[in-house]
Amino acid sequence: MANHPLISYVEEARGRGMSNKQIIDALTSAGWQTHDLTNIFLEHIEVSREPAIPESADSIVTVRNVSKIYNKTIKALDNVSLEVKRGSVTALLGPNGAGKTTLVRILTTLLTLEHGTARVAGFDIVRDAQELRSVIGLAGQYAAVDETLTGRENLEMVGRLYHLSVPTSRQRADELLHQFNLDEASDRVLKTYSGGMRRRLDLAASLVIRPQILFLDEPTTGLDPRGRFALWHVIRELVKDGTTVLLTTQYLEEADQLAHKIFVIDHGHIIAQGTADELKKQVGGDVLELHIADHGLIDETVRLITPFGSEAPRVDEDTNIITMPVSGGASILIDAVRELDSANIKINDIVLRRPSLDDVFMALTGHSAE
Amino acid sequence: MNNFSHTFSDIRVMTKRNLIKYRRVPQLLVFSTIQPVMFLLLFTYVFGGAIVTGTGTYINYLLPGILVQTVLFGAMQTGIGLVDDLSRGMIDRFRSLPMARSAVLAGRTITDVIRNLFVVILMTIVGLFIGFRIDHGIFNFLGAVALIALFGFAFSWVSATIGLAVKTPETAQVAGFIWVFPLAFGSSIFVPVSSMSSAIRAFAEHNPITYVVNTVRALTLGLPVGNNIWFALAWIAGIMIVFVPLAVNRYRSIS
Ligand SMILES: Nc1ncnc2c1ncn2[C@@H]1O[C@H](COP(=O)(O)OP(=O)(O)OP(=O)(O)O)[C@@H](O)[C@H]1O
Ligand SMILES: [Mg+2]
Repeated sequence: MANHPLISYVEEARGRGMSNKQIIDALTSAGWQTHDLTNIFLEHIEVSREPAIPESADSIVTVRNVSKIYNKTIKALDNVSLEVKRGSVTALLGPNGAGKTTLVRILTTLLTLEHGTARVAGFDIVRDAQELRSVIGLAGQYAAVDETLTGRENLEMVGRLYHLSVPTSRQRADELLHQFNLDEASDRVLKTYSGGMRRRLDLAASLVIRPQILFLDEPTTGLDPRGRFALWHVIRELVKDGTTVLLTTQYLEEADQLAHKIFVIDHGHIIAQGTADELKKQVGGDVLELHIADHGLIDETVRLITPFGSEAPRVDEDTNIITMPVSGGASILIDAVRELDSANIKINDIVLRRPSLDDVFMALTGHSAE
Repeated sequence: MNNFSHTFSDIRVMTKRNLIKYRRVPQLLVFSTIQPVMFLLLFTYVFGGAIVTGTGTYINYLLPGILVQTVLFGAMQTGIGLVDDLSRGMIDRFRSLPMARSAVLAGRTITDVIRNLFVVILMTIVGLFIGFRIDHGIFNFLGAVALIALFGFAFSWVSATIGLAVKTPETAQVAGFIWVFPLAFGSSIFVPVSSMSSAIRAFAEHNPITYVVNTVRALTLGLPVGNNIWFALAWIAGIMIVFVPLAVNRYRSIS
């Protein structure tokens, strides 16, 4: 992969100040297939985020003091308030059981709102539930498509249930099947679809009416890197056309790639909010991750590398992995290696990576996300 | 906005979708066609000689009963189908759409009426080949079919209520058998009630299935219908009055 002929071209083009989109367009018109580009871009290009949304944009979602208690005991949401700006991508970032799905289900009228108030697209989600349903799209955490129907039949059915006419439903199904690269599979029943194809069809179903706001609950879970990248691309295109997106994810990386604004949610609380950069600043930059061979040398290693970090190192005793937020860039990696080398500490692996959800969690709450 | 025509269209879309499923899922197709026909042939040829009914050939006695039994067993599919949709997340998809709230249940039960009519006709045709005769007027026979369909519709709502209460397809299947079997065998479907022991007989005489079977049988055999038809219709009405609201309520409280 590293020697791929495209890489030098891409790097050179970026050096000349071409945007990613211009590079992709140029390569596509030169005959490169999407999947070649996907691989390159996935590994070697940091895709620039959309420009910030205008300050004046109004809220399309307003959540005020919403709580949800399941079975009188499990507090899935605890006094959550948030806003989503029209035209933006907003991410709900949190670990398993944080309450992401619960919030999405409340906002899409699947769960009854018991405590608090919420408006979506100008509608009160309780009083105007039916009107609301005709302007939103939802792709839930698990694909909700009909196994025994074909891809086309699924989309046409959804169109008809949105009360589009038969010809319009048909035309929209065609467009979406094409957009999601399902032309060839369009007349096959879903039993023959792969998990990724099903997800794509599910997403297509949520776009049948070109919703004002699209809810995506962990849209890329279960997709391979290529599928994930393709989906990010689709989401960006939708946003370009004016769709607002509220998505949930467990990956800071994904929120970083897509979202203008991130709400970090844990145990039903919003524990932080801001742009990806703002959240990462809380971690203090990148993260140095170090795997040493000899368990007995952990304390010594920690002592040696602590001066390089912006915060104290964290040790996982089971795996001999030490992680530490750093702010000095790549040179720190080299300095750390030298230091440990001269102390004769054998390193299995050392990387400098961007902070993960777990790192942010550590910084925010002092406990791990798991 | 034209609410009524939307509701109508939603029900049609749901019915069409459910019918496609019956056609494409082999188990469903077998359950709803081959199995009832097999029952008909088995009962006619295996037990036919042993069961004395006093109505000439056993097929003429059996067919009305087995038609009713078929729609009764078929009603179990209503609950199973709903729970299947529920467990696969389809109901979530439907509930997030601006479709009529009633369309999922109505589409489901109407589909099952259509499927019942199809099976009843299929079985009648097979029956005609093995000796069944429509000797007492085509209108009597059509009336009998209409009653069977109505009866199946009523029990679909019972099945829907149970299905939505138990929430997994497997449990719905088991729960279905628990109420369907006693009702089917404690009735005049296979043998005259007069041949049963006194305890079961008390149950069988008041069993709604017995009233329906007796009415259907009287219509096809050209016997007096008597009060059976009124009891049958009263039972059907009573079941619907109780179970339609229960099912709808269950559906509304899905979360
Ligand atoms: N129907 C339910 N009945 C009872 N408890 C529930 C129900 N649904 C969710 N919960 C509980 O509510 C909490 C929040 O769950 P939720 O599904 O919203 O989390 P999530 O952030 O979507 O997690 P994941 O990343 O695993 O999908 C969890 O503790 C979960 O066990
Ligand atoms: Mg979830």
